[in-house]
Amino acid sequence: MTGICDKVAIVGMGCSRFGERWDCDAEDLMLEAFREASEDAGLGAGDLDAAWFGCYFDDASVGKSALPLANALRLKNIPVTRVENMCATGTEALRGAAYAVAAGACDIALALGVEKLKDTGYGGLPVGTPGTFTEQWRPNTSSPGSFAQLASAYRARHRVQEKDLKRAMAHVSWKSHQNGAINPKAHLRKAVDVDTIIGAPMVAEPLGLFDCCGVSDGAACAIVARPEIAREMGKTESVTVKALQLAVSNGSEAGHQGWNGSYIHCGRLAGQRALAEAGLRSAREDIDLIEVHDCFSITELVTMEDLGFAGEGQGWRAVLDGAFDRDGKTPCQIDGGLKCFGHPIGASGLRMAYEVYLQLLGRAGDRQLPSPELGLTHNLGGEPARCVVSVAVFGRAG
Amino acid sequence: MAKLGIVDAAAYVPAMRLDRQAIFAANAWANPALKGLARGARSMCNWDEDSITMGVEAARRCLADRSREDARRLYFASTTPPFADRQCAAVIGEALNLSDNLAAVDLANSRNAGLQALCEALPGGSSALVVSADARLARPASVQELQYGHGAAAVLLGGQDAIAEVVAERRLSRDFVDQFRASGESFDYRWEERWIRDRGYRSILPPLVGGLLEQAGVAPRQLSRAVLPAAPPRMTAALAKGLGIAAGSVQDGRLGDVGDTGAPHPLLLTVDALAQAEPGELILVVGFAQGGIALLLKTTGKLPEWQRRNARRAALSPPRPESAYTKLLSFSGLLPMDFGMRAEADAKTQLSSFDRHRAELTGFAGGRCAACNTVQFPRARRCVNPDCNAEAQQDVVLLAEQPGEVSSFTQDWLAYTPHPPLQYGLAATAEGARALMEFTECPLRKMRVGLKLRFVFRIHAIDSRRGYRRYFWKGAPAPGEEKAS
Repeated sequence: MTGICDKVAIVGMGCSRFGERWDCDAEDLMLEAFREASEDAGLGAGDLDAAWFGCYFDDASVGKSALPLANALRLKNIPVTRVENMCATGTEALRGAAYAVAAGACDIALALGVEKLKDTGYGGLPVGTPGTFTEQWRPNTSSPGSFAQLASAYRARHRVQEKDLKRAMAHVSWKSHQNGAINPKAHLRKAVDVDTIIGAPMVAEPLGLFDCCGVSDGAACAIVARPEIAREMGKTESVTVKALQLAVSNGSEAGHQGWNGSYIHCGRLAGQRALAEAGLRSAREDIDLIEVHDCFSITELVTMEDLGFAGEGQGWRAVLDGAFDRDGKTPCQIDGGLKCFGHPIGASGLRMAYEVYLQLLGRAGDRQLPSPELGLTHNLGGEPARCVVSVAVFGRAG
Repeated sequence: MAKLGIVDAAAYVPAMRLDRQAIFAANAWANPALKGLARGARSMCNWDEDSITMGVEAARRCLADRSREDARRLYFASTTPPFADRQCAAVIGEALNLSDNLAAVDLANSRNAGLQALCEALPGGSSALVVSADARLARPASVQELQYGHGAAAVLLGGQDAIAEVVAERRLSRDFVDQFRASGESFDYRWEERWIRDRGYRSILPPLVGGLLEQAGVAPRQLSRAVLPAAPPRMTAALAKGLGIAAGSVQDGRLGDVGDTGAPHPLLLTVDALAQAEPGELILVVGFAQGGIALLLKTTGKLPEWQRRNARRAALSPPRPESAYTKLLSFSGLLPMDFGMRAEADAKTQLSSFDRHRAELTGFAGGRCAACNTVQFPRARRCVNPDCNAEAQQDVVLLAEQPGEVSSFTQDWLAYTPHPPLQYGLAATAEGARALMEFTECPLRKMRVGLKLRFVFRIHAIDSRRGYRRYFWKGAPAPGEEKAS
């Protein structure tokens, strides 16, 4: 298996402003993101050969099928595929488009993800409709509650004091608020001090309000093409996909004691596969910036270990030591992450790629890092015990 | 046919004990006269308990360590069955994993239904489990709200090794309407207490009990213990006097710490009497409703051994003081609390799916992979063990009676539950099955990774739109864990 390393170039990206977009519909968000990508690439809807459309809450957001994207952009009756893989939906849209280009099935493809969450009336995510066998026995969980269990198992597995882990988790959120404050497209743009984070109301023990990411409206997209087409377009310095991997739970974590609940099994697998596809040896040494799925502070903390940016059981110390702060060894969530940029589910994976893309091209404005060469995104859908995890690596051609 | 005797008996009273002062304090403005009843505590169901779940708990205590073949017939008696058309005894039988050939019977419509069930089961020949449970509602600020409690009791009848024989039985039927609850109504309507005492207890019960004792050739003074209908202590004392029974022989009515539980009450008090009795004692049991039922029991030499077992059972759900009166109202559906939008979610159950998975859902049946022996829940076509994943036969493994342990947990204030926060996490059973489960009855500060669990049959979700409720098993702190701080 040779993978798709350097077989796909990103020729344009766009991202709407995230947040409580009471001002617009999902269609407006899609257009806002696409307009930016279109201008960036110098391509219009008529130049696309195919599109992949990611959206999670079809019922609460835009409805089923590929029609919402085709209608919003008035695509020229090209093939459009709707994908959904929980919170990893955005990266799945990108994977579909990238695979099609890498396979030579099309020259130029669009991946677009959108979510209009703030019309549901819920703070947090709306709940689904139960009734099937699984719903007849599983507890009526929430997202914070599902991820909160990581903390209890992590504390037990690594003998970490409750207050130490709480402080490390607070540092994760503190750092993202620092970063989000200088991102004009971010949902939450206010720095928050550690004591406020620690003292916030409890949502799901031990996750307080500031341990949870924002629930936002937004859209993001990428236009991908074969590298030779990118060069023909004059994009000599284009960003390429070095790796794009997905690992999916098969029930073993939840149903077998081989998994102790303190890490994310599929996160580890996806990370290892992505490094292999990109031809890298060490995430910690080779990757310059990361955008991970920080739906909750504890998720980001254990992900640092899962992806190899911290030793097992050492993630909480690395976080407190500032290893993932803006000026740390591996800046993480430089755009504010899900925590502060926001988490419109279908768009999030593409939003992560968007930040890495900007950083690699030196276009990140006030938050630009000095000359990053490789960036990694990590997009997790589901919950620790049963999840889908995407890990992608982006760099330059050659 | 061998004459059946009582071979086992068990009671279940929900752990939640609501301080009657809390009830009174909330309602004193409306009825200051309730003060006289505001002593002690009453039992109340947790949000996830009802007559079926309480019945299951009493029954499994009764059946502990016994072969499931020991119960060929199952009688369930309640005035508060959760379903008007869905046999409770069938649900209980499947939760207990009793045989498919079980003769299941529901009895209802009388506070004497528990004793009626016992009487109906006695002549049947084959072993029988008699289960009774009630969770009666009461109008806020009513006398009943203070007097009633929720609870269950179960009695196993068998032909060998009885702890007590039923020496005599007598019934009397009379449409004496001291109180009633019309079909579809939530609350009981009761007539004046003094009239009930004079024209009910004092008029109906003496000839009934007199006839029973005469039939058995026993004088009232020979009775070691007497279980009398739930009534204020003064009325009970007067009744005992009228029957010629020594005041010291009257079994405590558990009104102080439980309340009048309704249909199961005579059986619940019988368990108490058996727990305190000596071998060879005569025990009178009397129930009152539209007439009365009287039984005369005689304990045997097997009693002490049962008493040791029964003492351990009492530790399974130690009383937990509760002072939040609005819990009683909310759990009873009498106070529509705001639990947010998540409470609006549809809890519809796909009944065809439920039917395919009844063994897993009601019986908590897991599977053991024939290829690698991994025990798992739910049973699956392909083994969950990542080192196996074989498409092999999975024999049924019953998980309900296995000890469990918490592997991870959270206390979730966001997810909907009628009793926030929702506690859940990964739980493992002794044989290695592992699943995400809800936890119940655990004080928040006691929850930890490694907490030992005992599984309990509870309501999983209530579909209020369609009036359906589904059940599943949850982890509760194992005996001893509740006391640990």
